[in-house]
Amino acid sequence: MTGIGAIFRKELADHFSSYRFVILFALIAMVSLITTYMVGIGLSEELSGIAKPKFVFLMLFTSTGPLFSLVQFVAFFGPLIGLILGFDSINRERSAGTLSKLASQPIYRDSIINGKFLSGVFTIAIMLMSILLVVSGLGLTLIGVVPGVEEVWRIFIYLIISIFYISFWLGISILFSILFRGIATSALATLAIWIFFSFFVSMGATVVANAMVPLDRATMEDPEMVMRHVRLQRVVSLLSPMQLYNDSTAIIIDPMRKTTGSLVLMGAVERLLSERFRRPLGLSQSIYVVLPHLITLIAVTFICFGLSYYVFMRQEIRPI
Amino acid sequence: MDQRAIVETHQLSKSYGNQVAVSDLTFSIQESEIFGFLGPNGSGKTTTLLMLLGLTEPTSGWARVANCDPVKEAIKVKKVVGYIPENIGFYDDMDAIENLKFIARLNNIPDSISSIKIEEALESVGLKEEAEKKVGAYSRGMRQRLGIAEIHIKEPSIAFLDEPTLGLDPEGTNRIIEYIQSLSREKNMTILLSSHDLKQVQKISDRIGIMIKGRMIAVGPIEELAKEKLGVDDKEISLDDVYMKYFQEVSA
Repeated sequence: MTGIGAIFRKELADHFSSYRFVILFALIAMVSLITTYMVGIGLSEELSGIAKPKFVFLMLFTSTGPLFSLVQFVAFFGPLIGLILGFDSINRERSAGTLSKLASQPIYRDSIINGKFLSGVFTIAIMLMSILLVVSGLGLTLIGVVPGVEEVWRIFIYLIISIFYISFWLGISILFSILFRGIATSALATLAIWIFFSFFVSMGATVVANAMVPLDRATMEDPEMVMRHVRLQRVVSLLSPMQLYNDSTAIIIDPMRKTTGSLVLMGAVERLLSERFRRPLGLSQSIYVVLPHLITLIAVTFICFGLSYYVFMRQEIRPI
Repeated sequence: MDQRAIVETHQLSKSYGNQVAVSDLTFSIQESEIFGFLGPNGSGKTTTLLMLLGLTEPTSGWARVANCDPVKEAIKVKKVVGYIPENIGFYDDMDAIENLKFIARLNNIPDSISSIKIEEALESVGLKEEAEKKVGAYSRGMRQRLGIAEIHIKEPSIAFLDEPTLGLDPEGTNRIIEYIQSLSREKNMTILLSSHDLKQVQKISDRIGIMIKGRMIAVGPIEELAKEKLGVDDKEISLDDVYMKYFQEVSA
């Protein structure tokens, strides 16, 4: 893989020295610290005087507090990290005339895009890891509970999923930077995709469900119809990687949750079981529950990168 | 002088949809000569260069550069060819040394060797004082000189220079032409120089090729072309006259 190392190093240096990275990192660090602080204070107040429940450390990430939980924040804001890191990666080089020069050096053409993608993923990994570590440290001092081995594993798996999730958005933004010549166009397009997936897919899911299986006064009584309605809504909303990510991380980080399905969809006995016996799910069981989600999430990440790879390799590089 | 073709094409053609950019191009460049590549804008010169570099695949025909096929052995070709595109691109937020170091790394030159080479190269193109300035602040002439410095670092056996003197003042043009001449003399480099500056081309080229509307109209030493077209055997003949004669013939 000639050249990939040189490109990786240069891109990484570019990322870390750019203002946009500094601003992004500062913003995320600030929000996560404030969120954790508020959640931590709340938790330690609630828990004072009573025996600490199991997995209290993970509640740091999942409790919503006055605003939102850390997991929710990453799910909503994480895509922006990927989009901001990648939306101009190829078209900026094209308009500066450096792309044709890069391509005329003795390197394989895919080293350019691989190096760029890998450096982006590396940046994302470092960013998330440092934030999770800082947040955990703050949490330790606030609630005074040391996380157990299983909790550390759960946080680690959460980190890996999040890296894949944000890399998916990085892949989208690199794809757009290849497809669109204008930097402003690709920035707008990536934002549009982000907004589409975060708001409109869930809205669309409701609309589709209402249209296909309308619920009125008569059908409301029929549990069959209600179930079909809810099931359809879920299937459509799973088209959004955001939903995939939300579902999978919720299970991983919260051992009390045992299914990605909604309560409405469960049979009576199943619901009774899950509500009656409030015992946490083992780590391997949690992973088993979300495995389909995880595989889909990783697959769309690779598909997205594969698509940009394909388009880039076929595109003609001309000096402008 | 023992000469052999280092760049060779045979009926090389490229079309984009219905538009023909280069058609049936057959010519060759001898080792260590300076070949002046002339033609109006949009005549297919850049497309030809891209095909020789393996950046664009020809529609039909073939090319050989340093005994390699640019389509199948692009990496080998790019190792021995230095290319300076028309709008030479450098990373504006990096200084000259960083830019050259990046190029050196892409060419697998270890940092310990490249740092000495970079210093020498910047010295030889007169950019030593500005070495630590961001390239974004460079003038057009300085960027072109940095391009020549890049050729020094890479030390290819062939250099493709696409309009290296475009938009430069006379003094800058002279400097670039001198550098090109010294590359050819001192490093024994084969140079393919595309330019509109006919006087300068005439000054340094061994042979020229005139390309109009995707076709190579004429190839050869300037004196020969002049004798053929204008019927004069005069060393003082200007390339402008020869060029215009060919151009009018094709337009007519």
